[in-house]
Amino acid sequence: MKIKLIDIAHGRSGDKGDAGNVGVLAYNDAGYEIIKKYLTVERVKKHFEGICFGEVERFELPNLRALNFLLHNTLGGGGTVSLKFDAQGKTLAAAMLRMEIEVED
Amino acid sequence: MKEKIRIASGQGFWGDLVDAPVWQVTKGDVDYLVMDYLAEVTMSILQKQKNKNPNFGYARDIPELMEKILPVITEKNIKVITNGGGVNPTACAEAIIEVAQKLGIHNLKVAVVFGDDIMEDLDTIIAAGAELKNMETGEPITTVKDKLLSANVYFGAFPIVEALEKGADIVITGRTTDTGLTLAPMIYEFGWKKADYDLLSAGTIAGHILECGAQSTGGNFLGDWESIENFAQIGFPIAEAFPNGDVIITKHESLGGRVNFDTVAEQLLYEIGDPKNYITPDCIADFTSIKLEDLGNDRVKMYGVKGFPETDTYKVSVSYEDGYSAVGSLTYSWPKALTKAKAADKILRKRLENLELNFDEIRTDFVGYNATHETLAKKLDEDDINEITMRVAVRSHDYKSVVRFGREIAPLILTGPPAVTGFAGGRPKPSDVVAYWPALLPKHLVKPEVKIMEL
Repeated sequence: MKIKLIDIAHGRSGDKGDAGNVGVLAYNDAGYEIIKKYLTVERVKKHFEGICFGEVERFELPNLRALNFLLHNTLGGGGTVSLKFDAQGKTLAAAMLRMEIEVED
Repeated sequence: MKEKIRIASGQGFWGDLVDAPVWQVTKGDVDYLVMDYLAEVTMSILQKQKNKNPNFGYARDIPELMEKILPVITEKNIKVITNGGGVNPTACAEAIIEVAQKLGIHNLKVAVVFGDDIMEDLDTIIAAGAELKNMETGEPITTVKDKLLSANVYFGAFPIVEALEKGADIVITGRTTDTGLTLAPMIYEFGWKKADYDLLSAGTIAGHILECGAQSTGGNFLGDWESIENFAQIGFPIAEAFPNGDVIITKHESLGGRVNFDTVAEQLLYEIGDPKNYITPDCIADFTSIKLEDLGNDRVKMYGVKGFPETDTYKVSVSYEDGYSAVGSLTYSWPKALTKAKAADKILRKRLENLELNFDEIRTDFVGYNATHETLAKKLDEDDINEITMRVAVRSHDYKSVVRFGREIAPLILTGPPAVTGFAGGRPKPSDVVAYWPALLPKHLVKPEVKIMEL
């Protein structure tokens, strides 16, 4: 069964130097089990292909039903050095929510 | 000891909703108003203003705001804490005193926290053995030393606590952590100690929830934002803090917005990096220990927070000049808006190449198509696209190249693809590129200082 991430989670993003910080929060416990299982470092790295050029770090916050990701080498140098339209990665969380996940029934 | 205190957030950044702090002190009871004005880029802007005029270098919105709120806060005994002193907190305090005199207010104590500005002391600090190596690249600071614009240490909550102990009604600081502004009144009112790491972390995390203003009360909320009421008069967050470290996040009832598990949790994830290792000058907070309970009626309780001892270094934010940039844009309409924008970009780049200009980077975004989500943007049929804004940005260490780039945008209107508009702003002008040098400094090499100015 295919699930749209935006149907089970919300998120918030911003910058940490040249890295994008993307938080993904599930609306309920079942949603958290899905994001915990399927939003792997590899899956997120592939999703942001052509956007994130560095390592992806992943952190679990079960207490908030959330995962936090650091997407390194993503913001075109960061700060005022960056020429990107979204130099602070404010829309990266919405970009993450575009993901569709194939889950086992 | 008070049973609880109410700390209100009034600004999430310099440029935030002007009347929010006024609402916070007039629409309900609060004991403290805290306002964060400083982003990394702000320090270098303020330093430039101070270089031109030694009386500037702080957030000049503050005296203006004080005209509106001083009568209320003195009557209700609400204390104000802000880092809007920037690189000149003393001048900021003097300006506040001047406003108070004008309003006929007496018995006002304004405290200044300073010592964070190490720009003048860098040679001594380096001679004392601090390398101030770039935390990301490992390079020594000598690489950029002749291009420095500002250098500030991030202080924590304790210098503000000292100011409150000295009887301050208003505390003006330079570079203090956003979270320290909220933590300080809890330490002061409840007598928390330097080794109470769990309590300090609870106050720090409350500070993280408050530091971006309405971003925890429904602003910029990626969940069900459409059902949130009265964005026009959105309530900024209030932290009701208790001596045992419990904190209830809420807002004034008559204002808009929403406080629930989701709006608070979303802010908790904002720019935190490793959640188990949130480092401040006061403690290391563990965001995975936070327990949130939605109490209903726009009240969320936070408890159970764990923390760890602080490190022996301060974070230092150094800014330096790193060339120039400029941005130009033009808007192309249907038909074939995207094709035309792409063609215009190609023509522009060919002209820049023919001119043999020197750029470190040229970047083009097609706004209305993929400027925000880039490779993830949905492909659109040309016929469905009404208009596209071509946005071209350049960066260079050669000033003349950036100036010349600015002269190459408007000519595209009469010398390129048709149905183009949107050049009302004149030629794009070069801006200074300010780069950051994150570094660490042993704590014993700097000393926060507090002085009181009385009226």
